[in-house]
Amino acid sequence: MSIATDLRLSRSLDTSARSGERSPKAMVFLVLLWVTMFIAMTVLLVLIVTTFIEGAPRLDLRLFTEYPSSTPARAGARPAILGSIWVICTTAVLAIPLGVAAAVQLEEFADKTKRINHLIELNVQNLAAIPSVVYGLLALAMLTLLRVQNKNLVIAGATALSLLILPVIIIATREALRSVPAEIREASLALGATPLQTMWKQTLPSAVPGIATGAILALSRAFGEAAPLLLLGGLVFVSYDPNGLLSGYTTLPIQIFNWTGRPQEEFRVLAAAASILLLVLLLAMNALAIYIRNHYQRRW
Amino acid sequence: MALRLAAWLTIAITVGIVIALIIPSLEFFAQVSIRDFLFGTRWAPRFADASFGVIPLITATFWTTAIALITAVPLGLGSAVLLSEYAHPRLRQVLKPILEILAGVPTVVYGLFALAFVQGTVLRDWLHLPTGSFSVLAAGLVMGVMIVPTVASLSEDAMSAVPNSMRQGSAALGANRMQTSLRVVFPAALSGIVAAIVLGVSRAVGETMIVAIAAGGQARIVTGALEQGQTMTGFIANAALGDSRVGSIEYNTLFAVGLLLFTITLLINFISIRFVRRFREAY
Repeated sequence: MSIATDLRLSRSLDTSARSGERSPKAMVFLVLLWVTMFIAMTVLLVLIVTTFIEGAPRLDLRLFTEYPSSTPARAGARPAILGSIWVICTTAVLAIPLGVAAAVQLEEFADKTKRINHLIELNVQNLAAIPSVVYGLLALAMLTLLRVQNKNLVIAGATALSLLILPVIIIATREALRSVPAEIREASLALGATPLQTMWKQTLPSAVPGIATGAILALSRAFGEAAPLLLLGGLVFVSYDPNGLLSGYTTLPIQIFNWTGRPQEEFRVLAAAASILLLVLLLAMNALAIYIRNHYQRRW
Repeated sequence: MALRLAAWLTIAITVGIVIALIIPSLEFFAQVSIRDFLFGTRWAPRFADASFGVIPLITATFWTTAIALITAVPLGLGSAVLLSEYAHPRLRQVLKPILEILAGVPTVVYGLFALAFVQGTVLRDWLHLPTGSFSVLAAGLVMGVMIVPTVASLSEDAMSAVPNSMRQGSAALGANRMQTSLRVVFPAALSGIVAAIVLGVSRAVGETMIVAIAAGGQARIVTGALEQGQTMTGFIANAALGDSRVGSIEYNTLFAVGLLLFTITLLINFISIRFVRRFREAY
C-alpha cells in the first residue's frame, strides 16, 4: 500500500484536510517509520531465504531416516526429530494441566485483596522473564539432589521445559478466562450451580480457544528452545530411537547447534536443512494457533 | 484444593531457583572470594592456574546487549508508532502477525543466521571488516532483531492505551500526526515504552544460543564490536558441554555465574514491572 493511500485510510482522524500533515518534516517522519518496519520484515525474509538456499541441497529423506554420523553425507536427524516429539509431548502433558489449574485458581477463586495472591501474581510475571538457562540450572540441581548420574533423560528435559513455559501458559489462560463475561458466571450461579460447576461447565469451556492458542504458542517456544537442555546433557551422540520417558535423547535445536559448531562446511549445510524443518514445524504451530484464535474465539 | 497447589507451585519454582543457585554458589564462594569474582579481570576456570574474575564475561554481555538495544529500540519503536498511530486496522492485522513471526523463530536458527550470513557473508565478505569467525557485533545485531517484536508489541499496547481524546485535543490545536505522536502519545505512553525496552534488555542479557553460536568462546575483556567474546550465558552453555563432576569447582562455577545472571535479570524485571504499574495508574 502506498503512503498516500495509507494516510487517507488512517484511523479516527481525517487527515487530508489538515494543514501540516504533508509538511516535509511529517513526510520524512512517516518514511522513517516505514523504513523501520521494512528493515524488520526484510531481515525476516533474508533469514528465511538464506536458510532455505543453504539448506535446500540436504533437505532430503536422509535427514529423516539417518542417524547422526561423522560423515556428513550419511548423517541425519532421525533421533533428534523423534527426541523432540518425545520431549514436547511430555512437556505438554506436564505443563498444560498445571498451568491451567494455576490460572483458574488465580483468576476464578483467589481472593484478590489478599497480599499473598498479589505476590503470586507478581511472581508469575517475573518467572516469565527469567532467562531459559536458569531453568536448566534449576533442573540440573534437582537431578543432582535426586542423585541421578545420567542426566540425559526425556523426563528431565521435559521437566525443565515445563517449568520454563508454565508462566507463559498461566498468563495466556488467565487472559482467556478474563475475557469470558461475568454475566455467564452470574447466570450459572443464579441457576443454582456451584462455583466449581460454573468453572468446569461454563467458564473453562468458553475459554478453551484462548487457552489452546496460548498453549500451542508456549509449546512452540519449548520446541525451539535449546539452552536448558544443553545443561542437562542434551548434546550427546544418540544413535538409537528414544523410546520412553527414561530414554536418552537429543532434540532438533540441539542437533542444529551441534552441527553449527563443526568445522566442515557440509555440516553447516545440514544445520541449515534441519533449521528449515524446524522453521516449517514452528510456523505451522504458530499458524494453527492464529487459526484457532481467529475462528473459534467467541466474541461476546 | 488441587488448584491452590498449582498456584503455590509457581512460588515453589522461584524458591527452588533461588536455592538451586545459592547452595552451589556458596560452595564456590568458599573457595573464591566474592571480590576476586566480581572485580577480577581474568576468566580461566578450567586452566591449571585457574582464575575466576567475571569481568570479561560481563563486558561481552554488555557489548552484545548494547548492540542489540541500539538495533531493537529504533526498529521496535518505529514499528510501534506506525502500527498504533498510522496504520489502517486492516493493514495492522497483516503486519502484526508477520512481526510476531520474528519472535517465533528459534534462537538456534538466529544463531546460525548470525554466524553464517551476518558474520561470514555481510561483515567479512561484503564489508571486508577486520573480524574473525565470531564477533559480538553479529551476535548483538541478530539478537536486536530477535527482540524487536517484544519492544514493538509492548510499546504499541502502551500507545494504544492512550485515550483518543488526547489525540483529538492535539489535532484540534492544529498539530499534525507526527507532532501528536511525538509530543502527546509518546510522552503519555512513556512508562509503558520504557517497560518494553527494559524487558528487551532482560531478554538480551539472558539470551543464550545466539551468543553461544556466534559471539565466540574465548573469555577476554571485549573492547570493540568486532572482537569475539564469551558472555555469561555463553559460558554456561559452553561449560555445560564439558563434563563437570558434581561438587567440583567447575560445576559450582556454573551456578555462581547463573546466580549473577539471575540477580541482574531479576533487578531489570522489577524495574520493568514498576514502570508498567505507573503506566497503568495513569488512566
